Amino acid sequence: MKSFISTGIVKGILYQIIGSFIGAGILGGIRALMGLSWKTEPAIVLGGLVGAIAFIVGVGAFKDWWKMALGEDVTEASEVVGEQGFRRYFGFSLDHKVIGIQYGILSMVLLVLGGSLALIFRIELAQSGLQILNFVQFNTLVGLHGMVLIASILMGIAAMSNYVIPLLIGAEDMAFPRLNAFSFWIAVPASIILMSSMFFGGFETGWTAYPPLSVRGPMGIQMFFLGVFIVGWSSILGALNLIATILTMRTKGMGLFKMPIFAWSVLATSIISLTATQLIGLSFQLVMFERLLDMSFFTPTDGGNPILFQHLFWFYSHPAVYIFVLPGLGIISELLPVFVRKPLFGYKWVAMSSMGIALTGFLVWGHHMFTAGIEEYLRVPFMYSTLLVAVPTGVKFFSWVATIWQGKARFPVPMLFVLGGIIVFLLGGLTGPPGGTVSTDLHLHDTYYIVGHFHNTMFGGFIFPIFAAIYYWYPKITGRRMSETLGKIHFYLMTPSFFLMTFGQMRIGLLGMRRRIADYDPAMGFDFTQLLITIGGYLIALSILVFFYNLIVSNKKGELAPGNVWNSRSPEWDILPSPAPAHNYAGIHFNVVGEPYDYGLKGSKYVELAQNAGERKENDE
Amino acid sequence: MKHFSIVSILVILLTVIAYFFLQSVGLLPTQASSQAIIIDQLFDIHIGIISFLFSLIVVFIGYSFIVFRRNKLLPDEEGQHITGSSKLEIVWTLFPLAVVIFISYLGAISLAETRKIDPQALEIKVTGGQWYWSFDYPDYGITSDVLYLPVDRQVKLSLTSMDVIHSFWVPEFRVKQDVLPGENLVKELRFTPIETGDFMVLCAELCGGAHAYMNSPVKVVTDGEFQDWIDEELGNFPQDPESLGERLAKNNGCFGCHSVDGNDGVGPTWKGLFGSEKTLVSGEKIMVDEEYLYEAIVNPNSQIVLGFPANVMAQNYSELFTDEDLNNMIAFIKSLE
Repeated sequence: MKSFISTGIVKGILYQIIGSFIGAGILGGIRALMGLSWKTEPAIVLGGLVGAIAFIVGVGAFKDWWKMALGEDVTEASEVVGEQGFRRYFGFSLDHKVIGIQYGILSMVLLVLGGSLALIFRIELAQSGLQILNFVQFNTLVGLHGMVLIASILMGIAAMSNYVIPLLIGAEDMAFPRLNAFSFWIAVPASIILMSSMFFGGFETGWTAYPPLSVRGPMGIQMFFLGVFIVGWSSILGALNLIATILTMRTKGMGLFKMPIFAWSVLATSIISLTATQLIGLSFQLVMFERLLDMSFFTPTDGGNPILFQHLFWFYSHPAVYIFVLPGLGIISELLPVFVRKPLFGYKWVAMSSMGIALTGFLVWGHHMFTAGIEEYLRVPFMYSTLLVAVPTGVKFFSWVATIWQGKARFPVPMLFVLGGIIVFLLGGLTGPPGGTVSTDLHLHDTYYIVGHFHNTMFGGFIFPIFAAIYYWYPKITGRRMSETLGKIHFYLMTPSFFLMTFGQMRIGLLGMRRRIADYDPAMGFDFTQLLITIGGYLIALSILVFFYNLIVSNKKGELAPGNVWNSRSPEWDILPSPAPAHNYAGIHFNVVGEPYDYGLKGSKYVELAQNAGERKENDE
Repeated sequence: MKHFSIVSILVILLTVIAYFFLQSVGLLPTQASSQAIIIDQLFDIHIGIISFLFSLIVVFIGYSFIVFRRNKLLPDEEGQHITGSSKLEIVWTLFPLAVVIFISYLGAISLAETRKIDPQALEIKVTGGQWYWSFDYPDYGITSDVLYLPVDRQVKLSLTSMDVIHSFWVPEFRVKQDVLPGENLVKELRFTPIETGDFMVLCAELCGGAHAYMNSPVKVVTDGEFQDWIDEELGNFPQDPESLGERLAKNNGCFGCHSVDGNDGVGPTWKGLFGSEKTLVSGEKIMVDEEYLYEAIVNPNSQIVLGFPANVMAQNYSELFTDEDLNNMIAFIKSLE
């Protein structure tokens, strides 16, 4: 029992609960001293904030920094020997691989939560009329489905980047291991706060939280704002860490254009996260202040402007789409050459296309506001900039096709998910331009067509690639392979179900189905298609259950895979054993002697052990 | 070269099939405005491009997997060592760049076409609120909860909201415009209905609560029928206080929250309201009389009935309604006993 409570996460949650009550109590106390009555809304906001900080204290992330502040000695991160075994994933650790897995677990937990929310409201939508939910419940579920999955995606890309990047570039760990642990652990109380919005009355606004609606509605919106605000810290600090790691910690001889391509996409993504996330935090913070302190930024009757919020919000939330998909596209570029046994076509162009997408991504936020009533002269320039994104994205697609062309493809499960990702993301990309030209968007805006379009981009750019990544790097983590058969069931069940869902969404959207409505007119004839969409959604959920079963069972019973199972040139496969040792390449010196993707070139290698390679063994003994 | 010829033929074939398939399934609702025709032309171009690019990528990938598949006897066979081609990369950067600029240009033309101004346009003031639409015809002094439109005449809507953001959308007309609160944020939307019939204006921006039900009928009628409707609205209705009150309630969206059939909505039902006893949020019990109703309309947050949310009803009815209006409204509620 004692050891259970001393587990990092349990202790953190206990601290968070106590901290939340203390925070709420302080505010209530101050108000009582001033002779004011109890007010729940400000109390839960302060409670939430104090609770989040208390969680971090409880989990122990401040301990070393506190010591440093007092001038005491702390152990170098590279010399810390953390806990071993399964327990290490539930406590504070400085090892990037442990943190990567922790991010992964949190991502999967949020994926299940966010997906389940959708399963609930899909029942409501399976037929017209109101059956099981009321309006506020429906709106809360829709809004949380969106934001919880956004958090899941942010955690998922952090999981991939944290686990894989130091291995790919030959680093022993991330640049700032303590900051890395902090970035992860702060996301846990943030997720709890975000989910808690359900229990404080919910909120009516969807994930976009447009004022004045968000200024008026139930106070659950405050927990939503606060949760997102704190997840934002995690995202910003994580990005900072990744940029520093990629720029400064590459092994000797690995120039920027000799990095594995995934590192480029993570670099591009991190630049966006580092610079854009502030805007969503800021916009949400302003609405929080508007509610708490009666400031008026966005309410027109008090001199505010609701359009201003939309500009601030989308200045992050559009580039955010590229934050979500760039790492996934990087996974596709990374894995494709391994499985078609051919070099990545036009490495430099693919690398630069990530940077190009990151750059153009900052110029296009206005296309979310074509119908919003922005100034007339803004719409046409935003249309030009929006369609420009097609150019670097096109470079990626053409380069993938050219990589595949005449390749000798193998089709193990990770490759299936890579191909699924390419096709689904292709559909996501192709359905974009009708929403990008203003006049057609006047019809499409706020319809299920848009819902279908962005589910394509999210599945193609994140869901498929992260599954590919998990199947691909699982042996590196556990030393065992996941079951191919179950993996194939997962893929062949999920892919057609997804098409059923997304084509259904786009079809009724074009015909007039609006987003975020709890009920629809049976006269519009959408009942049957809505039922199909619901069935598609449930089949996806079923396939993901198969995946989880595979994930858990293979850890003990999977086929042993100690070596280079995919016959990859990448250093983590070519040099390291599986599972990867605690301090990665500590004591192993390797040289970069070739190009990362020269498959098909006889006798060439990307990396090669240096002469003193034997050192590691001695160290281990 | 042989491979590229075959692939090119397959790409063209699949493009044609995909394009005609998408054209034949009826992707869009009927075209009931002249803007819909213009917009659908642009949709058509998009569908063509989507069909082509989809075919291009899918055929190349599929063809390569089938034709260049691994030899079963050589399980370790590797692909050819081709690392890239700057020439090709430049082609597939510059060519799409030219295409997107061209599409953007077409998009700009299309937008300009949909926004052509007819100085003779019929002006209608549209007000959105939680959860109703109200339509004012300033030329005739009429307010209605149904949007009557004469066919083949451009209408100019001036849209404003009483509370949160709404969005005006009739799918058959294609065009959409958000409706914002605030006097300085009145937005304009123009379109020309070209088909008579019944349509629905739908609120397309999540506005809380009964957003799904924020729909009002749109009737596009001939010039003659439109004139008949105007005449009827202007004179031909009963002038007793109850009927005047009912019209007022209807045209100001009161029924969005208050039913007259005995079922409580977002607000209490009006049927049997007068003379009933209600418990307020404060715990106080009151009898619903004329004085309470008057207060509840002009100052709605002062005496909220238990079980109903505060801050939903607009607070400016004392400015909007004259005392005579209010008395008529109360008379109407009284009549629903």
